[in-house]
Formats: sequence, C-alpha cells, structure tokens
Amino acid sequence: MNLLKPLLEPVIQPALDKATSVIPLHWQIRGAHAFQSLKQRAGKARPIPVFSEVPLPDVSTLALQDIDVSNPFLYRQGLWHSYFKRLRDECPVHFQKSSPFGPFWSVTRYEDIMFVDTHHDLFSAEPIITIGPQPEGLELETFIAMDPPKHDAQRQAVQGVVAPKNLAQMENLIRSRTADVLDRLPVNEPFDWVQNVSIDLTSRMLATLFDFPFEQRHKLAYWSDVAASPPEATGGSSNTAEAFDVAADIASNMSSLWRDKEARIAAGEEPGFDLISLLLANATTRTMINRPMEFMGNMALLIVGGNDTTRNSMTGGLWALNQFPDEFAKLKQNPGLIPNMVSEIIRWQTPLAYMRRVAKEDVTLNGQTINKGDKVVMWYASGNRDERAFEQDPDQFIIDRKNVRKHLSFGFGVHRCMGNRLAEMQLRILWEELLKRFDDIEVLDEPEYVQSNFVRGYTRMSVKLTAIT
Amino acid sequence: MGRITFIEHSGTEHVVDIEVGQSLMQAAVENGIPGIDADCGGACACGTCHVIVDKDWVQATGGINADEQGMLGLTPEITDTSRLSCQVTLSESLDGLIVRLPEFQM
Ligand code: HEM
Ligand code: FES
Repeated sequence: MNLLKPLLEPVIQPALDKATSVIPLHWQIRGAHAFQSLKQRAGKARPIPVFSEVPLPDVSTLALQDIDVSNPFLYRQGLWHSYFKRLRDECPVHFQKSSPFGPFWSVTRYEDIMFVDTHHDLFSAEPIITIGPQPEGLELETFIAMDPPKHDAQRQAVQGVVAPKNLAQMENLIRSRTADVLDRLPVNEPFDWVQNVSIDLTSRMLATLFDFPFEQRHKLAYWSDVAASPPEATGGSSNTAEAFDVAADIASNMSSLWRDKEARIAAGEEPGFDLISLLLANATTRTMINRPMEFMGNMALLIVGGNDTTRNSMTGGLWALNQFPDEFAKLKQNPGLIPNMVSEIIRWQTPLAYMRRVAKEDVTLNGQTINKGDKVVMWYASGNRDERAFEQDPDQFIIDRKNVRKHLSFGFGVHRCMGNRLAEMQLRILWEELLKRFDDIEVLDEPEYVQSNFVRGYTRMSVKLTAIT
Repeated sequence: MGRITFIEHSGTEHVVDIEVGQSLMQAAVENGIPGIDADCGGACACGTCHVIVDKDWVQATGGINADEQGMLGLTPEITDTSRLSCQVTLSESLDGLIVRLPEFQM
C-alpha cells in the first residue's frame, strides 16, 4: 500500500512523483511543510493537541471508564504503576472512548498482549504503531508499521546489519568506544549520566552502524528525540515545524551519505558492513532512495529504534540498581550475572510502553468485543508487571530473575525487535566495563523523565562515581 | 524409548531421551542443551529456538505452517532445513533424529 497517496493532497503528489529523480529529497519534505502551513492557515489541517502538565488524580478516585492511560505525564508522575494495576485487576481489556488521541482499547495482561502481538492476521500494525497519527505530511513508510508480506521483504533486506554474526565482529569496537567514554568521566563529583554516558554511547553506536560522520553523531540523538515526540503521536513535546526541519535534515544527510557510498562502491571500494552498504547490496532495497517516504521511513526507524530505547535502558538500569542496593551488591559479588541482569533491566524499564494495532475484524478478547477498525494498544509496560505471568514479584528488580527473557519489551511475533541482540550486547559491555572501573555509582537525585505516553525515558540523572581503589 | 541428538555449532553432541508429546524445544531446554533460548516459551513468536534438521529427517519432522515460516524468515541464519524446535512434536517415530544448532539465535 502506498501510504502517501491518500494522505498527501494532489498539489504535492506531482512534485513527489517527479521528485524521485529530479528534486532533492530534502526539498520534497520542506515542500510538504509549506503545504501544511497553508492548510493550517486555511483551517483545513487536523488540530494538534496541546498538553500541559497538571497533577493527575489517584486512580482509586476514578470510574473505570474515565481512566486514560494515554496521558503523557503518567510515567513522569510515577502513577503508571497504580493505573495499570487497576486495569489488569478490574478491566484487563479496557476501552477509553474520548482520549486526546481518540478512542482506543488497552490490553494490559501478559497473555492477552501475547495474543494480539502474535495475531497479525487479526491486528494490523498499519498505518503506525503510536496511539496517535504521524504529523500530517510526514507519514513515513516503515516496516515496523507494515503487515506481512510487505513487512517481511523489507525487514529481510536490512536485518543482516544487526545479525549476531555481524555483531560479533563489532564487539571489540563497541568495547573500546565504551571504555573511551568511561575513562573520561569525572570521579567523585556530580555529573549528568544521561548526557555523558547514555546519549554519548548510543550515538557512537549508531554512527558506527550507519558509518555516519563520527564528529556529527550528536545529530542522530537529536533527530531521534524529535522524531519520537510529536504531540499528536505520543503526547510528546516537539512541534510540527521542528519535526519537518528534522525530517529535512535526515533526508539531506542520509541521502548524501547514500549517494557517497553508492559512488564509492561503484568505483570499486569494498562494501562495508554498515547499514547503507547492506541496503545497496540488496536487489529490493538498492533503489530505495527513489522511493522517498520509504527511504526516510527506514532511516528514521533505525535511528529512533536504536537510540532512545538503549539509552533509557542505560539510565534505567543504574536507577534500578540504586533503588535495589542489595542487587548492586549481588552484582559486584557475581559479575557473571550481567547477561541475565541486562534482560531484567530491559524488562524493568520497558523503554517503549506499547505498540499499537488496528483490529482487522471483530475480535473477542478476554470477554470484550473489539470492533473492526478499533485501535488496540498492547501495553508492554503493564504486561511486564503482570503478577499472573511472573513467578517472582514483577515490581522487584531481581538481577537473577528466572525466565526473565520472556519479558515483553521487545515485542513478540513478526515485528519482534530486530535490534534486540545489539541492545543486549551494548548493555552487557557497558556493565562489564563499569564494574572493572568503579566501586560505586551513586544516583544523587530522582531522575527527570520524558514527556510521552510511548517512550519511557529520562532527560537527566545526576550521579557520582567512586573509583575502585 | 527413542533418542535424539543435538549437535552444537562447535560440534559437541548431546543425546537425549524422547518424551512423547513434548516439543523438541522442551527436550532441549529440560536437558540443558546450550544455544536454545526459547524466549517466548514455545509460542512460535520469538524465533530463538531455531534448529537445522538433518536432511534425512526433514520428512519425519512434519510440515511447516505459515506462522512458523513467517518467524523463520526473520532469522538471518535460515537454511533449507531450518525449523523452530518448539513447533516439532516428539514421537517414537523420531527415534534417531539429528538436529544441529545454528551459530547464533536471532
Ligand atoms: C532495549 C532496547 C530496545 C527495545 C526495548 C526495543 C523495542 C522494540 C519493540 C517493542 C519493537 C516492536 C515489537 C512488536 O511490534 O512486536 C521493536 C521493533 C524494532 N526495533 Fe527495537 N528495541 C530496542 C533496541 C533496538 C535497536 C538497538 C535497534 C537497532 C537497530 C532496533 C530496531 C528495531 C527495528 C528495526 C524494529 C522493527 C522490527 C519489525 O517491525 O520487524 N531496536 N523494538
Ligand atoms: S520458543 Fe519462541 S519461537 Fe520457539
């Protein structure tokens, strides 16, 4: 399906059709924004919700039908936990009919989430996997939001880049880059962990994956943040103008990276193991740059997918260990627990709160009838705390938890996270290298949280390191 | 009672007894065969119980349905005789079955 056709008005379409060969990609996107502004002035654009933070009520004071878990401040205010527990216990498949994102179903128990995630025949990932839509005019085509068989072909073309075999070759490079970051951290004085460790490490990784100019890697983190936070999609805090500017930047940077690679390979240079070289080596994706929204969609998916998820696990893991000091002691006693702890960190943090689907036909789930066309949100963050699915108290952080790999944070089924092994490897290396250097990593204050119903993350966390003596 | 053989990527062999009605994945996990993660617990939803069936045994292990095919497609290590071991049910007729483990699970 071409998502673009029904969504972009006829004014733009001829430009895009022609654009494939003539107009540089980034102008097409600026054009879309110009068009968008016009539409807004003419009063034809879809209204964009505005979110301002107020203290949310205790869930016990609300009627079931008034519970709205799409509120982007629920996580920041520490209330997500009690809200979802109430839904899991009293109304595990819950309908909210008038949220700022429109009506939607919430699926909150582990088993039900597994059912939805593994039935792509009943629940479509199209057109997008956030509760709300992508900004008008910026509807990118990405395979995380495509159904089979189109999904399968696109994923198969790119998955080699993060295949375990490729990763094994990258491990030493990732380790030395991690060591480099850690060796430059201040000891015995407060600094921001998010900026200096989590963001720096994930940007380095992404730059490596894309063979992106290393000194410009901060762009990748910025793009990812903006792309994940349009208010209409996730309740985030970016604005439309910013989103279009970022799209234009991604388009121009990534298309020149692409053209440059293409030219070098054509001139006889040995193709690398980076993402763009792999896309250029594959018959179905070699010409992707001629399909702008698909090209942009894939670039954006990999930039966002590989970025704040891992970043927030790097921060969340340390935050968890500080709240459960006995586990920190256990870890220092037995660093062999790191691989299992990495899975527990990813469960405990659940960096993406959910994925959204649309029912393709009427479906009865846990006693509720979901109608064809309804939005269905699988709340991984809730399923990962489902007492019915985890033997040991799911609210505890237990680094040697049994069967922890069953967590939902990577999803299940055909869309299961493509970068899961990469994320696990990065976190494992981080903790191996941290334990070699530091005796204590103290979190000084409660971290600051991202505004979003989708990304469960941190904007700041002040810490202090004590070196091993 | 029959037996099956798992061969690790390194070549190490493990012979285990067949428990009729169990899946091949369960047999691996219960006998501590390294290299089978089985993250989804047998729901055909993670692809981390991938095995490569010896070509003489492909027929005996039965057909592959669309769901399994879909998940196998996500495994970069896929081969002509790849299976998800949670989708193979053990019976006496699989006495002698040989499967190899891929170098990596996805
Ligand atoms: C802890 C880190 C990560 C978490 C929690 C995470 C989470 C997820 C989730 C929940 C999905 C959708 C699953 C579903 O719909 O069933 C997904 C898909 C995806 N992730 Fe990740 N992810 C992480 C790291 C990464 C990394 C490092 C990459 C980088 C390359 C990546 C790339 C992708 C891609 C390309 C998809 C789409 C797969 C598809 O639709 O077939 N992710 N991820
Ligand atoms: S155990 Fe998950 S697919 Fe077999």
